[in-house]
Amino acid sequence: MSDHGRSPGGAPFDVAIIGAGVVGCAIARRLTLDGARVVVLEKARDVLDGASKGNSAILHTGFDAPPGSLEQACVASGYAEYLNIAPALNLPILKSGAMVLAWTTEQLAALPGLIGKAHRNGVPDVAPLERDEILRREPNLSRDVLGGFEVPGEYLIDPWTTAHAYILQALANGASLRRGAEVLGGHRGKEIWTLNTSTGDVHAHYVINCAGLYGDVVDRRLLGRSTFKIRPRKGQFVVFDKPASALASAILLPVPSKTTKGIVVCRTIFGNLLVGPTAEDQDDREDASTDRATLEALRGQGIKMLPGLADCEITATYAGLRPACEFPEYQVMQEDGYVTVGAIRSTGLSAALGIARHVAEMIGPLGTPLTEPVIPLVDRLSEHHPRDWQCDGHDGIVCHCELVTRREIERVLTGPMPPASLQGLKRRTRVTMGRCQGFYCLPELARITTGRLEVPMDVPTGMSEGKDHD
Amino acid sequence: MTERAIATEQCCIAIVGGGSAGLALAAEARRLGAKNVVVLEREQSAGGVPRHCGHYPFGLREYGRLMKGPDYARRNVAAACAVGVDLRTGATVSRLLPGGGLEVVQDGYAYTVRAERVVLCTGVREASRAQRMISGDRPSGIVTTGALQGMVYLAGQAPFRRPIILGSELVSYSAIQTCAHLGIRPVAMVEEEPNTLAPGQLQLYLRLRGVPLHTGVSDLAIRGKGRVEAVSFTDMTGQRLAIETDGVIISGRFLPESALLRASHLEVDPLSGGPVTDQHGRCSDPAFFAAGNLLRPAETSGFCWREGRRAAAHVVADLARPRDMDRHTVAIRAEDPAIGFVSPQRVVIGRESSASGPLHVGLALPLNGVLQATSAGRVLWSGAGKARPVRRVHLPLDKILAARPEADIVVSRVEVR
Repeated sequence: MSDHGRSPGGAPFDVAIIGAGVVGCAIARRLTLDGARVVVLEKARDVLDGASKGNSAILHTGFDAPPGSLEQACVASGYAEYLNIAPALNLPILKSGAMVLAWTTEQLAALPGLIGKAHRNGVPDVAPLERDEILRREPNLSRDVLGGFEVPGEYLIDPWTTAHAYILQALANGASLRRGAEVLGGHRGKEIWTLNTSTGDVHAHYVINCAGLYGDVVDRRLLGRSTFKIRPRKGQFVVFDKPASALASAILLPVPSKTTKGIVVCRTIFGNLLVGPTAEDQDDREDASTDRATLEALRGQGIKMLPGLADCEITATYAGLRPACEFPEYQVMQEDGYVTVGAIRSTGLSAALGIARHVAEMIGPLGTPLTEPVIPLVDRLSEHHPRDWQCDGHDGIVCHCELVTRREIERVLTGPMPPASLQGLKRRTRVTMGRCQGFYCLPELARITTGRLEVPMDVPTGMSEGKDHD
Repeated sequence: MTERAIATEQCCIAIVGGGSAGLALAAEARRLGAKNVVVLEREQSAGGVPRHCGHYPFGLREYGRLMKGPDYARRNVAAACAVGVDLRTGATVSRLLPGGGLEVVQDGYAYTVRAERVVLCTGVREASRAQRMISGDRPSGIVTTGALQGMVYLAGQAPFRRPIILGSELVSYSAIQTCAHLGIRPVAMVEEEPNTLAPGQLQLYLRLRGVPLHTGVSDLAIRGKGRVEAVSFTDMTGQRLAIETDGVIISGRFLPESALLRASHLEVDPLSGGPVTDQHGRCSDPAFFAAGNLLRPAETSGFCWREGRRAAAHVVADLARPRDMDRHTVAIRAEDPAIGFVSPQRVVIGRESSASGPLHVGLALPLNGVLQATSAGRVLWSGAGKARPVRRVHLPLDKILAARPEADIVVSRVEVR
C-alpha cells in the first residue's frame, strides 16, 4: 500500500481507477500489465460489492449485441481474451453452448433475423435447429418448444473468481487497492488529478471512472456534470439445487422482444441451475431486494420450460442491479485525463477484458509492458473441475453443500485480499452458498473467522451499530 | 488428487450420518450380532442436531435420565463405540453406488465402501430464507434456528441482540430458549399461518417471556442495508407493520437432507422430500435402507433414536436374506388436499407384512376430522385425526396391514355429510 496517496516512490499514480467491480478489476489488470502504476479505489469494504455481485455467470459470444456497437466489439474481444487467459489464471470454464428457443410463432419468425445478426457479429457457427433436434439434445425440455438456433460458443464461468483473479493479478504486479475509499470530490491541476477520498487524497495522472451504479454520480463529483443518468435495472434470479442441472445441458435463451430480453434458464459452473433475470427499472441504486411473487413467477416460468424443475429444490434467490441508463450503448468517453466507463449493463462480465483493452488504447502507453508478469493462482470453485476437497491435507470439509475445505478458507483469509465480511468470504469460497444456506456450517465459520473479519459474524453484547454500512 | 488406486473396504452395514437415528441403529445392529458396522459422519464430531441443542429435554426414554442435547449426543456416541461400532468422523460420502456402495472422502483420501446393506440417516435441516421465498433485502443477521444454536452453543457467538422469529413450530420455541441462554429476548414471533403451528398452550410461554406474537401475517419482507433493520408485514387486520430488529431467525419448515439421495439412483418421493421406502425403510434399491428424519420432516431426536433401533432389527434380519428377493408391495398414497405426504410410500404385503412404526401423514392444511385408509374401495382403517398444518398425524400401520390390503392403499378424509 502506498503512503500519502502516491505510488511507491512518491510520484503520483499513473492511473486511479474508481470502482472495483469486474470492469474496474479488468482495467486495473490490463494497465498494470502494460506497465502503469495503478491504484484502485473502492468505496465499499470489499471488491465486487455493486453491480458485479449478481449476474447470470455466462461468457457470451456477443452474437446478439447491436452490430457495429462498442458493446459488440468489447464482448467479442473480451470473449477471445478470456478463453486465452483462463487456463493460465486457473479460471474454470465450461463450454455448455447456448440455444435460443422460440415458444410462439412470432418468436419463430424472428429467428432468421437473429441468426443473420449473429453472423454479422462474427459468430459464424450460430445455426438453426429443428424442433426434433432441440428435443433430442434437451430431452427434459417442454414439448411446447417450436424451434430455435444454437450458439455453440457460449460458456459457463465463475463471475466472482474471474474478477478476483483480475484484481489479484494487478496487485501481484504492483497495483494498489484501497477499500472503503469513496471518492467524494477532486480536481485536475497541472496534468495531475487530486481525488479527495474518504480515506485521504490520491494523486494520479489519469482517472478512470468504473463506478458502475454510481457512474454518473462520480462524473458529477469530478467533472461537475454527467452526460447520462444511471437508472438501475434489477434482475431477480432463482437458483435450483444441483440435481436440477441434469435437466438442461445448453444455456437456454429466450427470443428477445421489443420490451424485454426475457429470462434465461442455465446451469452454473457451480453445478446449479438458475432461472432469471427479471428486468425491473428503478431509481434506487442499492435496492437489490427480491419479492416472493416475482420469485414464484420465475420458478413457474422455469417449470414451463423444464417441467422437471417442479420437483427440484431451490437453493438460493438473489437480485442483481445492472447499471443501465437512458442510452442503449455503453457510455465510454475521454477528456482531460479522465475516462468515463459508464452504463456497462448485463454484458459487463463478458466484455470486461475487451473494455480494458479499449480503454488502454484510448489513453495510450503509460509504461513498459511487463515481460514476465506474476500470475497468482486462485482456487477453482467449479463443480466441473477437480476441487480441493478431493486432495490431501485440506484439514476437513467445512461447508458440506459446496464442499469447501478449511484449507481453501484459510488461503483466502490469509491471502493478499482477505474478505471484509462473510459476504466476501462467500464469494471467494462458496461457503453457505449451497442448499442449506449455512444451517450446518455457520457455527464453524463463526469460529474460524473470529477476529479476522472487519464485519464480524458475532455481534458483541451491548453493540452499537456501525456508522457506515457495507 | 491422491495418486494411489482407490481402496475398497467391505462391511456388513454402512450407515451414512451419525445423528440420533444412525448411532442408535449402529449400536443396536452390533448388539444383534452384525459383524462390522461403519458409521460415516461428515462433521468432525458425531451426534447430529442434539449436539447444538443446549437445552432439555433429551434422553428420558432412551437412558432414563433428563439430559441436554450435547450430553445426549455424547451418550449416543459412547453407546455406539462401546459395542464396537466403527465410527468415522470427518468422513464425507460423496456418492451412493447401486447395489450397496459408497464413495467416501476422509481427510482428503478417497475410498469406496462396499456394504451388504447401506442405511441412510442424513436427517433434516430447516428450510432457508430462500426456500421460503421471504421477500426483501439480504443483509447479514439472518440465520436458521439450527445455525443459531450452533453459533451459540458450539462457537459461543451471537449473530444479533434483538431478533425476530419467523415461524411458530416447536423449534421456534427452542430459538427463544437459545436467545435466553444469550440473555437476549426476541422482539416478536411472526407466523404466516392463521395460528401457531406448535400446540396452542405454548403461547402461554410467549406471554411469560414477553414475546409478542403475530399470526396470519402476509407480505413479509426483511429490510436492511448491511445489517437487518426491520421486518415488515401486513397483519390480520390489514394493517402494515414494521418491527425494528437486528436479526431474523428462520425457524422450522424442516426438509430432509436429501442431497446424496437426489444425486443417486434411488427413487425420491417429491412430496416428503425423502426416499421412497417400504414400512421397513427399504429404498428402491434393496441394498439401501433409510431411517430417521431423512424419511420425512420431522420428528424428535427420541423418535428417530427409537426408529433407528427398530430399523436395525430389520436390517440385521435382512442380511440373511437374498437382496434381490421378490417382494410383493403395494403403494400408499394420499388423495386429499389436506395431506402433503405419506411415509412410507409403499408396503410389503404377504409374508413380510408387518409394521413396527406408524404411517406418517404430513399435513398441508389444518385437519380436524376422520381419516381413513382404503384399498380397492374397502376401508382398512378409520379414525379421528387432528393436527395443524406442517405437522403430522400417525396412523396405525400395523392395523392397516392387518386388514390385508391387496391393492394400493389410499389415505383420505372421510366425507362428512
